[in-house]
Amino acid sequence: MSMLKVSDINVFYGNIHAIKGISFEVNEGEIVTLIGANGAGKSTTLNTVAGLLKPASGNIEFEGTSLLNVPAHKIVNRGMALCPEGRRIFLQLSVQENLEMGAYTRSSSEIADLIADVYDRFPRLKERCRQVAGTLSGGEQQMLAMGRALMSKPRLMMLDEPSMGLAPILVEKIFEIIEELNKSGTTILLVEQNAQMALSIAHRSYVLETGRITTSGTGEELLHNDAVRKAYLGG
Amino acid sequence: MLNYLVNGISLGSVYAIIALGYTMVYGIAKMLNFAHGDIIMVGGYVSFCATSYLGLPVIPSVLLSVFVCTVLGIVIERLAYKPLRAATSLAVLITAIGVSYFLQNAALLIWSSNPKAYPNMVALPPLVIGDTQISAVSLVTTAACIVIMVVLTLFTNKTKLGKAMRAVSEDKDAAQLMGINVNATISLTFAIGSGLAAIAGVLLCSAYPTLMPTTGAMPGIKAFTAAVFGGIGSIPGAMLGGILLGIIEIFGKAYISTQLSDAIVFSVLILILLVKPTGLLGKKISEKV
Repeated sequence: MSMLKVSDINVFYGNIHAIKGISFEVNEGEIVTLIGANGAGKSTTLNTVAGLLKPASGNIEFEGTSLLNVPAHKIVNRGMALCPEGRRIFLQLSVQENLEMGAYTRSSSEIADLIADVYDRFPRLKERCRQVAGTLSGGEQQMLAMGRALMSKPRLMMLDEPSMGLAPILVEKIFEIIEELNKSGTTILLVEQNAQMALSIAHRSYVLETGRITTSGTGEELLHNDAVRKAYLGG
Repeated sequence: MLNYLVNGISLGSVYAIIALGYTMVYGIAKMLNFAHGDIIMVGGYVSFCATSYLGLPVIPSVLLSVFVCTVLGIVIERLAYKPLRAATSLAVLITAIGVSYFLQNAALLIWSSNPKAYPNMVALPPLVIGDTQISAVSLVTTAACIVIMVVLTLFTNKTKLGKAMRAVSEDKDAAQLMGINVNATISLTFAIGSGLAAIAGVLLCSAYPTLMPTTGAMPGIKAFTAAVFGGIGSIPGAMLGGILLGIIEIFGKAYISTQLSDAIVFSVLILILLVKPTGLLGKKISEKV
C-alpha cells in the first residue's frame, strides 16, 4: 500500500495554474524523486503536500487518511516532515534551539534523546550547538535543516533541493546521508535539480514539466531514457 | 538635576513598557499596531472604574484592567487584523488607525470627554535621599519596567512558547512546518502586549492623573518612537529606547523649552535614524543562500 498518495491535484498561485492535475505515489521504504527544470512545480508540489498551500481540487492521502482539511501545523504530527527549499532554518536562533523547534510537537522528555541522535549523525552541529544558526556555513545550514526535520521522527521525509548552492563534495555527503536515512527506515520524497545525483539514488522517479508529470519510472530507467538525458542530464 | 533624571527614567519606563508591546507585535505580525496606545487609555479607564465606582482595592483593579485589555487585544487581532493576514501592509496600517479611532470614540461615548481625576494607585510615601524626593510612583514604575523586561527576556529565550514566538517572527511557513500554530502564537503576542499596555496605563495615569479618551494617543506615538529608536523588533531595544526617550523629554522640558519638548524628542529620532537606520540595537540580518 502506498504511504503517500497524491491524486489529480491542481494548485493555483492567484491566477497562475502552477500544478495541473498531477498524481503520484510514494511507497513505504522508497526513495522517490521529482525532477524537473526551474518553475516546473516541484517545490509547489512539496509545499502542497506539507499543507502550506491548499490544492483547488484533488486529494492527498497519507497512510490512508486525507490531509486536505488538516492545517499545516498539524501535518508534522502525522509523521511527515518537509526540509524546505532554501533550508529556512531560524537564523536568529541557536543551533540547539532550531533542533528544539523541530521537536515542537514531541514531548519534552524525548527531546534530549532526539537531539543526541541528530548530533551523532551530524557531529559538526554538536560543535556549534550554542552558535546562532545564521553564522553557519551553507553546508552546516543544510545539515541543520535536515537535523531539524528529523527531530519530529518523520516516517516520510520530504527534501526540497538539499544540494542547492553546495560544493560538489558536500553534495555527495548530503546524498550519502539521504541514503543512510532511507536504509534506517525513513521513506524519502526528494525534489532535485541535480537530476544525475537524484536518479542515481532513487528507487522511482517522476519528471515534472510546467505543472504536469510527463515521464515516470525507476531511477535506472530514467537515467537511460533519451528524452530525460537530453533535457536534464546534459545529453 | 537628580530629580530630572529620576523623572526621566520613570517616564521612560512607561514608554518602555508600551514600546515592548509595539515591538513584540511588530516582530511577530510585521505590523504597526497604532491602536496600541489606545489600549493604554482603556486600561486607565477600567482601573479607574474599578476603584472609583466598584470600590475595588488597588491590586484587583489593576488585575481586572490587565484582564480586560488582554481580552480586548485578542479580540481586536481576531476581528480586525487576522482577516488581513495576506493583505498589503498599507491596508493593515490603515485598519490599525481605524481601530485606534474606534477605541477613542467608544471611550468618548462610554466615559464622555470630561477628564477624570485618576486616583493615585501607588499611595506610598516618597523616598527621601538627602534633599531629593523620589515619588513612590516613580519607584514602582521603574521597578515594574525592570521586572517586565527580565520576565519577558527569560520567557522569549528560555521557554518553549517564547522560542516558538521567535521562530514565528522569523519565518511563519517554516514555523508551521515545525508544528507551531502561527495564529495562536500571534494571539498570544497581542495578549501579552495588551496586558502590558494596561499596566502602562495604570502607571501613566498615576503619574499624570488626567484621564481622557485621547490619553493614550501621545504616549502611544512616543512609545512607538522609542521602539524604532531602540530598534524595532528588539526587546532590549524597546527598553533602552523608552528610557532614553523619557530622559531626553524631561531634560528637554527642564533645560530647553516645555513647548518644544515633543519636537526635541522627535528630532532625536530623526537624527538617530539618519545615522543608524536600524535603531540603536536593531540588527540587519544578512541571509546566506
